[in-house]
Amino acid sequence: MTPNPYLWMVPLLPLAGAAINGFFGRRSSKRAITTVALVFCGAAFAMALFLAANFSAASAPYYYDLAHWIRSGNFQVDFSFYLDQLSLVMLLVVTGVGFLIHIYSVGYMWDDDGYYRFMCYLNLFMFFMLTLVLAKNYLVMFIGWEGVGLASYLLIGFWFIKDSAAAAGKKAFIVNRIGDFGFLIALFLMIQHFGSLDFTRVFSAVQPLPVETAGAGLLTAIGLLLMVGAAGKSAQIPLYIWLPDAMEGPTPVSALIHAATMVTAGVYMVARSHVIFMHAPTALMVVAIIGTLTALFAATIGIAQTDIKKVLAYSTVSQLGYMFMACGVGAFSAGVFHLMTHAFFKGLLFLAAGSVIHGVAGEQDMRKMGGLRYYMPWTFLTMTIATFAIAGFPPLAGFFSKDEILWQAYSSPYGSWVYWAIGVTTAFITSFYMFRLWFLTFFGDYRGGAATHDVTHQSADAHAMHDKHGHEGHEHDSPHESPWVMLGPLVVLALLSFVGGWIGIGGRFEHFLAPVFQSGTAAELAHETAGEAAGAGRETLLMMISVGAAVLGLLLAWLLYFRRPQLPARIADGLGGIYRAVSNKYYVDEIYAALFVKPLLDGSTTILWHGVDQGVIDAAVNDSADAARHISDTARHMQSGNLRSYAGWVAAGGALVIAYMVWMGVTQ
Amino acid sequence: MVPLFYYLILSGILFACGVLGFLIKRNIITIFMSIELMLNGVNLSFVAFAAHWHALSGQVFVFFVMVVAAAEAAVGLAIIIAVYRTRETLNVDQVNLLKL
Repeated sequence: MTPNPYLWMVPLLPLAGAAINGFFGRRSSKRAITTVALVFCGAAFAMALFLAANFSAASAPYYYDLAHWIRSGNFQVDFSFYLDQLSLVMLLVVTGVGFLIHIYSVGYMWDDDGYYRFMCYLNLFMFFMLTLVLAKNYLVMFIGWEGVGLASYLLIGFWFIKDSAAAAGKKAFIVNRIGDFGFLIALFLMIQHFGSLDFTRVFSAVQPLPVETAGAGLLTAIGLLLMVGAAGKSAQIPLYIWLPDAMEGPTPVSALIHAATMVTAGVYMVARSHVIFMHAPTALMVVAIIGTLTALFAATIGIAQTDIKKVLAYSTVSQLGYMFMACGVGAFSAGVFHLMTHAFFKGLLFLAAGSVIHGVAGEQDMRKMGGLRYYMPWTFLTMTIATFAIAGFPPLAGFFSKDEILWQAYSSPYGSWVYWAIGVTTAFITSFYMFRLWFLTFFGDYRGGAATHDVTHQSADAHAMHDKHGHEGHEHDSPHESPWVMLGPLVVLALLSFVGGWIGIGGRFEHFLAPVFQSGTAAELAHETAGEAAGAGRETLLMMISVGAAVLGLLLAWLLYFRRPQLPARIADGLGGIYRAVSNKYYVDEIYAALFVKPLLDGSTTILWHGVDQGVIDAAVNDSADAARHISDTARHMQSGNLRSYAGWVAAGGALVIAYMVWMGVTQ
Repeated sequence: MVPLFYYLILSGILFACGVLGFLIKRNIITIFMSIELMLNGVNLSFVAFAAHWHALSGQVFVFFVMVVAAAEAAVGLAIIIAVYRTRETLNVDQVNLLKL
């Protein structure tokens, strides 16, 4: 390992930006706020590129110990940073996509009163996310982990005047607490058994331990608890419920935090802890099962959503499920690969959806859109690339990563054809709901408001950098294209969504990450060599099937939402109860409310509030006060204000003292 | 020689008169005089004990008490004058407010 003093500056640059905007933003001009936010975030990106330029698959990891933190006996935790191939990929994704979304936010949030607040939070998020990614030990990672949760809470509830936004922020925070609880317990177990939280130390302590094939042991427990944490942060079953609600936040937030970066932290953490998971096949299997189920489950919900952002939210949950499926079958590099391509195309999808929402006056219901390809050609073009990418059409990014995951799910020693079958089904559903979104939004006739076909006027308007009425909540005459400051990031992300997958051709991406994941078990290494040769033919076949599934999804969506738009309603009627269950998200929120929230609320109300707080604590305070008042009520009659009664009391007191002394004297 | 016992009886009677006057009289000046009576009753017992035990400390105490009584008389009379000026009465039953 080589020390590298630049490492710590990467996360601290956005923090400086957040501090400047947070303290002085209220009184600065928007131009100054923009400059600060973009310069500091861009500097982090530049620094990441600088680090990447000198880093190859063969490089030894960089590290840097910034300061001591906890030193207690043999146990020590420092503020140290670490960069290997895995964190480099994350670093580039976070800073790159993050920087693009910062630029986009300038256009999207320009007219918002809380502009400086928004930029401050975004920079703050970057700081925590980079801390998470660059941490050298679990505790520094946990700082970032909690910090992104905080930033997420602040940004979901950014429009806190709206009740639903405030509630969604709280929901995200509380559900994440459950996951963090598991994560923390895992950390405690590590401290107890390995005496360290440092990645390299923990992993070298785990390495010689036997693989827990039969029964569950310590490593299985740690793995499962880490997975609880990952399920909270990365919105997996059973803790995924916060992510769809998180769409209450501004759209750039959904793109940055709830699609591209923060929600993938769980995948990163599981990949980072791959040594532990490889020694605990049971935990690994749980990861795979949770991932697979989440992928399918969320995808089916996505079919029936009408809010454009909700569709994308469930799609994100579903894609995160893919990543966990990959990790769960031991194909960590495939998971990270999908994480990267997903950051490109899902970030793009959200930004494009934001552009659409921006263009149609804050409307998010796809049933009131339609025909937008005439009004917003650039948004349409970029969205098209993203849609084809997520659906898995070659040669776009999503194809390579998804295909790699599906192949690994089938062929890995931890995999099985069941994972693959569910994965392909999910791919079909994904393709279907994404093209449903695409057709509903961009094709047909415009179904919202008073549509005029005055395209020339609109495009002139769109070129104005600071669109005067470009703000959610305004009423427009007709849809219009977004300003270039928003379209620029779309175009860059579209390019990345197009070519981003090519670095995976021929296993180059896997090779790049090999130094990190090579420390897996021998079985995996054996599989690497054997599988490549033997499975080539079968891999092509499986690839054809998954592409076929994507095409099928496209055709079905085309049939239902373009060719015969009246058909979906009839099908929905025909399905009746099933459709209602799906469109109501399988009533999971309601079930959780009945199972957990309501008992908790009732218990807190009757036992803790009325019982303990009012019955014991308040009662003790009130009763002692009452008692004091009653006693004083009697005693205050002594203070009559009459001088002679005072004299009487003095005399009586004196007599009492004398009597006492006399009596004492007698008994002596 | 008069026995100690007689002095103590007289001293007790004087003190009891003082207490009684202190408790039942309404005129502030009378109350004030009753206090002096109590002090002098105690003084008498001090002197009697001092003579009986041939100890000087009792006599010294008497001087202390007399000094305190003189100082008290000065302050007390001043207060009484002040009270009379504001309330035009010396009846303690009507002096039941700290301020007017």
